[in-house]
Amino acid sequence: MSELALLLIRLAFLAVLWFFVIAAVGVIRTDLFGPRTAPSANPRKLPTKPAKNIPAKPKRGEPRQMVVTGGPLQGTIINLTEQPITIGRATDSTLVLSDDYASSRHAQLFPQDGQWIVEDLGSTNGTYLDRSKVTRPTPVPLGTPIRIGKTVIELRK
Amino acid sequence: MTTAPVAEAPAVPMTAKRRGAQLAMLAFAIVVVMGAYASVGLGLDGQIPSGTFTYGLGLAALMFAAYGVLAKWAPWADPLLLPLVTLVNGLGLVIIYRIEQTGQGGASATNQLMWTALGVVMFSATLIVLKDHRALQRLTYTMGFIGLGLLIMPLLPFVGREINGARIWIGVGPFTIQPAEFSKLALVIFFAGYLVAKRDVLALAGRRLLFIDLPRARDLGPVLATWGLSLGVLILQKDLGSSLLVFGTFIVMLYVATQRTSWVLIGILLFIGGAVLAGQLFDHVQARFEVWLHPELPEYYDRELGGSYQLMQGLFAFGSGGILGTGLGEGFPDLIPLSFSDFIMAVVGEELGLTGLMALLMVYALIVQRGLRTALAARDPFSKLLAGGLSFILAWQVFIIVGGVTRLIPLTGLVTPFMSAGGSALLANWILIALLVRMSDAARRPPPQAIQNEGLTQVFTR
Repeated sequence: MSELALLLIRLAFLAVLWFFVIAAVGVIRTDLFGPRTAPSANPRKLPTKPAKNIPAKPKRGEPRQMVVTGGPLQGTIINLTEQPITIGRATDSTLVLSDDYASSRHAQLFPQDGQWIVEDLGSTNGTYLDRSKVTRPTPVPLGTPIRIGKTVIELRK
Repeated sequence: MTTAPVAEAPAVPMTAKRRGAQLAMLAFAIVVVMGAYASVGLGLDGQIPSGTFTYGLGLAALMFAAYGVLAKWAPWADPLLLPLVTLVNGLGLVIIYRIEQTGQGGASATNQLMWTALGVVMFSATLIVLKDHRALQRLTYTMGFIGLGLLIMPLLPFVGREINGARIWIGVGPFTIQPAEFSKLALVIFFAGYLVAKRDVLALAGRRLLFIDLPRARDLGPVLATWGLSLGVLILQKDLGSSLLVFGTFIVMLYVATQRTSWVLIGILLFIGGAVLAGQLFDHVQARFEVWLHPELPEYYDRELGGSYQLMQGLFAFGSGGILGTGLGEGFPDLIPLSFSDFIMAVVGEELGLTGLMALLMVYALIVQRGLRTALAARDPFSKLLAGGLSFILAWQVFIIVGGVTRLIPLTGLVTPFMSAGGSALLANWILIALLVRMSDAARRPPPQAIQNEGLTQVFTR
């Protein structure tokens, strides 16, 4: 085996090793740079969608995220979809609280006619929207704190 | 899979199984390892070694079996953990094979492959048995006792063995096991469970003095106990690495749980205090410091026990490797004592150079990143702490040993995770990865849909 061939093998191996690292980073690039928003993909999709899906599309000014702004889970972000969000100590909740002041099924948030509604599910210590106790399903304005035990969440764009 | 169209909601990046990516990366990792084997053979005697395909196919069979278990029992798990670990473990096998070829005693690639197989079995067993990692939270104190017991075990008469000046082994028949490797897992589980229960009182109670928040004296208890424990291990077993590992992990988990910098300051002060004290009191600790500061002095270089010969040989190896390395199979790993265990990174540095070493460290960094990502995505506080703690202990271990070998910090004996020859560490680290996989599966699984029609009973699957 000639000296040159060995050199080439050596360089090739290092290149392959680094290519592996780069490929691995490529697999997780959504983690690093966020989901790729593809504006070009939307127009192509829209015509194929039946009309019933169109009202569900978030318009300007509608919340897209639920952010935990206080309490032990502070910083958690849940992206809003069509699905209701349940909050409580039950392990199958969307947001699982470990808070003595929260009930196992404490409250839920669900979308209705382009608005997100908060509903208390009969919790022991109540759900507060801003400062008033939630007694019936109430629409949640953007950026208004919802307090559940020690946890504070709000909806953001 | 219920992924909403992109237009309706910003796609949640974590809810794809990515089986294809996982399989492709796994195959890629195995190809890299086989390439390394072939390269070792070409460098050594100009031909591809006959073992390339048996070792390569053996490794491939093992890893695809692990993949099968993962796809069945943890389908939502992170797609990168297994391929990354496969690469590191496979390269470790290659390097050990390469050292074995020089005839250095103690290195055996066949043994290591056997331990890897056992590791994969442990990985699969953990995934199959542990359906829900939150079961571990109920075992908090049990795990604490198991961890302590395992740590103390080598000190007991009859079972304990002293090898190379450190009493960290126990003998089971013809095998020796390092229980400390398993105890660190149990201790991380204990710390996570304990801190979930106590973190509010640790974070909120206390007085403010100058600019740091002082915790209450009674909350300091567990920290001081861990400090005492790690110092005790250090003194009685002469195992510097493990004590640094346990103490550092506990402080970081405390910081993660409470988000208070004061704990980190207290931890660092306690550790410096402990290290200085140990350096004054114990010869073997003092020797480590001397060797670290002045490895080039002839009196340390020639010293029989605890001299700087090994460290200097490692540094020479790094130096002769340079940027691009000498090439696999063309270095002189036999000049470094114990090159197959603590100093395996020096062999990598010599034969693959800085470029290869950096790639390898990047792979470790990616494994840790996946673990920390799991911690971020986890939905309950216990898994957040456990995943954070487990990934940190892996990162910290790599830092301690690579830092030691490259003379950034004093050298303490620790294995390089997944690479160094040694069964216990390999098994323990495979269990660690299984726990991370289990938690990433739980974290990435789409949340169960809430009850919308109250007349229907919902069935949840875990």
